[in-house]
Amino acid sequence: MIRSLRWKGAAFTVPFQLGFVFLYLLPIGYAVYQSLYHEQQSGLGLGGATEEFVGFDNYRQGLTDSKFMGSVLRVVLFACVQIPVMLAVSLVLALFLDALASKAASRFRVLLLVPYMIPGVVAAVVWINLYSPDVGPLTPIGELFGFDWNFFAPSMVWPSIGNLLTWHGIGYNMVIIYSALQGVPRELFEAARLDGASEWRIALSIKIPFVRGALVLTGMLSIIQMLQIFNEPALFRNVTPQTVDDSFTPIMIIYNQAFNAGNYHYAATLSVLLALILGVASFLFYRLTSREAD
Amino acid sequence: MTLTEERGVKTRTVHRLGRPDPAARSRGGQRFLLVGLVLASMYSLFPVWWLIVASTKDRTGLYQSNGLWFSGWHLWDNLEQLFTYEDGIFLRWTANSFLYAGVGSLGGTLLALATGYGLARFQFPGRNLVFACVVGSFLIPIALLTLPLYLLFSEIGLVDTPWAMLIPCLINPFSVYLAKVYTEATVPYELLEAARIDGAGELRIFFSIVLRMMTTGGATVFLLAFVNTWNAFFLPLTVLRGEENWTLNLGLYNWSGKRLESGVDLTSLVLTGALLSVVPMAIMMVAMRRYWRTGVTLGALK
Repeated sequence: MIRSLRWKGAAFTVPFQLGFVFLYLLPIGYAVYQSLYHEQQSGLGLGGATEEFVGFDNYRQGLTDSKFMGSVLRVVLFACVQIPVMLAVSLVLALFLDALASKAASRFRVLLLVPYMIPGVVAAVVWINLYSPDVGPLTPIGELFGFDWNFFAPSMVWPSIGNLLTWHGIGYNMVIIYSALQGVPRELFEAARLDGASEWRIALSIKIPFVRGALVLTGMLSIIQMLQIFNEPALFRNVTPQTVDDSFTPIMIIYNQAFNAGNYHYAATLSVLLALILGVASFLFYRLTSREAD
Repeated sequence: MTLTEERGVKTRTVHRLGRPDPAARSRGGQRFLLVGLVLASMYSLFPVWWLIVASTKDRTGLYQSNGLWFSGWHLWDNLEQLFTYEDGIFLRWTANSFLYAGVGSLGGTLLALATGYGLARFQFPGRNLVFACVVGSFLIPIALLTLPLYLLFSEIGLVDTPWAMLIPCLINPFSVYLAKVYTEATVPYELLEAARIDGAGELRIFFSIVLRMMTTGGATVFLLAFVNTWNAFFLPLTVLRGEENWTLNLGLYNWSGKRLESGVDLTSLVLTGALLSVVPMAIMMVAMRRYWRTGVTLGALK
C-alpha cells in the first residue's frame, strides 16, 4: 500500500485511539498508580492528607480482606449454580426450537426473547415487586399450594436473584445457541436417522457437540458478567438492607469503599484485583473447555 | 405409508427447505416440544403481563386484587400522577435517557465506523496493537474504568454534567469490533481502488461511499450501543449526582428504594414508570429486529 495512503487510513482511527487513551488507558493507569499509594492523615487530621507510597501493601490487605475475598467466593459459587442452569435451559429450548417447524419456531423465538428487551434495572424492579409479599402475585400463589415463601429471606436471596438472572438471560443465550444449531449440516441428521438413531440420540451426539463453541462463549460472557454483578443486588439491597449488606458482591464493596468510606486507594486496589481475577477466571475457563474439546 | 416412502418424502423435503420435515416426526414428540415451549414462553411473559396489569390499577387494586388479572382501569390516572410527580421529574429523566443514549450512540457509532473502516481496509503500523486493545478491553471490569474516570472527571469539573455520560459513550470498543467485521463483509477493496483512480479523496470516499454501504452495519452498531446506554446503571450512578441529570434507570432505582415518600406510595409510580421505560426499547427492537438479530449472532462470533 502506498505510504501516504497508510497514514490516511491510520488517521481514520486516530479519534478513537485518543479517546481510548483518555477513557481506558489513563483511568487504568491512574487506578494502578493509586493502588500503590495510601492516604496518610497528618497529626490530628487537621493538616490535610498526604499520599504515601506503600508498594503492594494495599494488595496484601485486599487479598487477606475476608469481606472482599468472601464476596468473590460468594459470587463464584453462585455463578457455578446459576450459569449452568441458565445455559442448560437455553440449550434445551434451542434444541426444541430447532426440532420444530420453522414458522412456529420463529414465533416462539420472539416470545422467548421478550425478557431480553427489558433493561436489567427494570427487570430487577419488576421481579422485586413480583416477590414482594404486599403487591406480588407469587406469595398468594404460594399460599394456595401451602407454601410460605419469603423471597427476601437470607437463604432465598440468591435463588431469587438467580431466577431473575435466568429469566433475563435465557432468550439471549438461546438465540446464540440456536443460530449455532442452524449451522449443523442437515445431511448429518439424515445419515443418523438412516442408521436408526433416535431424535434424542441425534440431539445428544450430533447437535450438542456441534454447539459446544457457542456454549463455551455464552458461558464465558456470563462468567465475566457475573463476577461484576452489581445492579440486581443493589436493587435488592434497596428493599432488604438486612439480608443484602453493602459487601454482598465485589463491585458493591468497591463502590462503598470509594463513595461511602472515601477510600479511593483501596477501591482502586480492589478493582485491579477484580480485573486480575476476571482475567484468570476467563483464561482458566477457556483452557478447561478447549482442552476437553480435543 | 411404508418406511421407504416416508424416507423418500423426508429426503425430498430436506433438499427443498434445507430443514427436516417435522410432519414426518412422531406426533407425540412434536406435542412434547410444544408443551415445553409454551411453558417457557409463559415463564418469559408472565412478569411482563403482571407489569402491564399492575400499571392499570389504583392503590387498592394493586394491594388487594389478584395480580394476574385487571381490576378497574386507572392507567390514565397513574400516568398523570407519574408525569406530574415532583414537577414532572420523570419526563426529565426520560429526556435525559434519550439524550445520552441517542446522541452518545450516534457519535459513538460514527467514530466506530471510521475506526472499523480504518482497521479493516488499511495497513498501517500499530494496526494490530489497536485491534488488540479493542478486543482486550472486553475483559476490563466496569469498576476498574468507572471509578478512576469519576476522579478524572471531577478534576476537570465534568462530574454531574451530561458530558460525564456522553463522553464515555463515544468510545465503544465493541462497536469498533462490529464495524470492522461489517466493513470486511461489505466494502470491497476494488471499489475503493476505483474511487481513488477517479480522483476521490479519502474523506469523500468514506462519507459518500463507505458510510452509505454500511447502513445496515451502522444501524446494528447504533442499536446495540443505544440499548447498552439506555440500560446503563453503574456509570450514571457513579458520575451523576443531582436528580435533574439522572437517567430513567437511576430514577426508578431511587423510587424503588424509597417506596414511601412524604405520604405518597411510590409503588405504582415505579411500576408505571418501569412499563414506560420498556416501551422505547420494545419499539426499537421490533422496528429494527432485522438488524439486531445479526448483531446478536455476530456478538456471539467474537
